[in-house]
Amino acid sequence: MSYLTDKKRVLGLGSAKEGVGHFTLQRITAIALLPLAVLFVIPFARNLGGEYENVLHSYGHPFNAVVAILFFVTAFTHLRLGLQVVIEDYVHGKAMRTALLLGNTLFCWLFIALGVFAVLKIAL
Amino acid sequence: MSDVNRGDRPLSPHLSVYRPQMSMITSITHRITGVGMTLALVWIVWWFLALSTGPESFGAIDGSLTSWFGILVLVGSLWALSYHFCNGIRHLFWDMGYCLEKETAQKTGIAVFVASVVLTIIILLIA
Repeated sequence: MSYLTDKKRVLGLGSAKEGVGHFTLQRITAIALLPLAVLFVIPFARNLGGEYENVLHSYGHPFNAVVAILFFVTAFTHLRLGLQVVIEDYVHGKAMRTALLLGNTLFCWLFIALGVFAVLKIAL
Repeated sequence: MSDVNRGDRPLSPHLSVYRPQMSMITSITHRITGVGMTLALVWIVWWFLALSTGPESFGAIDGSLTSWFGILVLVGSLWALSYHFCNGIRHLFWDMGYCLEKETAQKTGIAVFVASVVLTIIILLIA
């Protein structure tokens, strides 16, 4: 007699190997990015080409710093999900596809860490 | 016998046999703009890292982003963001079951292209 429930036995075995988590997270990050993209792009464009001290001061402001952190986390999460689908659609060799999917995830996590680290170092 | 002749059977009709339609053009552009923004995003994180490091490294990255090539990438990415933003809203409405009729989708497709250019110009003017 198996201790696995019927549900546990079939989970992840459908053709998609997963549930709606990917779809849901893509929509949540999309909705979050609507205000975040605007709030991030405008101060960035104003600071681009600016004096070092002024730019440092601008991103020392809690609002700009928190917006930048939220933007990096949601944008790179949204990018990871989007690039994943593009790789799954166009790359068919198993080794190449696995390598690119792994690289995509690690690349996006790395850039979340780099972006958040930089903003914290500037603002704190 | 399902393995016989796998691989050189005729493919299902591919992109080239279709007359370009608004739905496919907006969908492909959505993908290209999404993937295309990766470069600017990486460059911008680099800009923040340099800002956190010191004036010399900031000057170097800020100089590269404000060179003609940097500005070309940034303005291109600004349009890409504006397009992805507008068409993303269109997708969210579709997800909720609205605006799915063929004529409506064609009109919103044109609207997305127009709005993306207008949004790009507005942001360039105010920023």
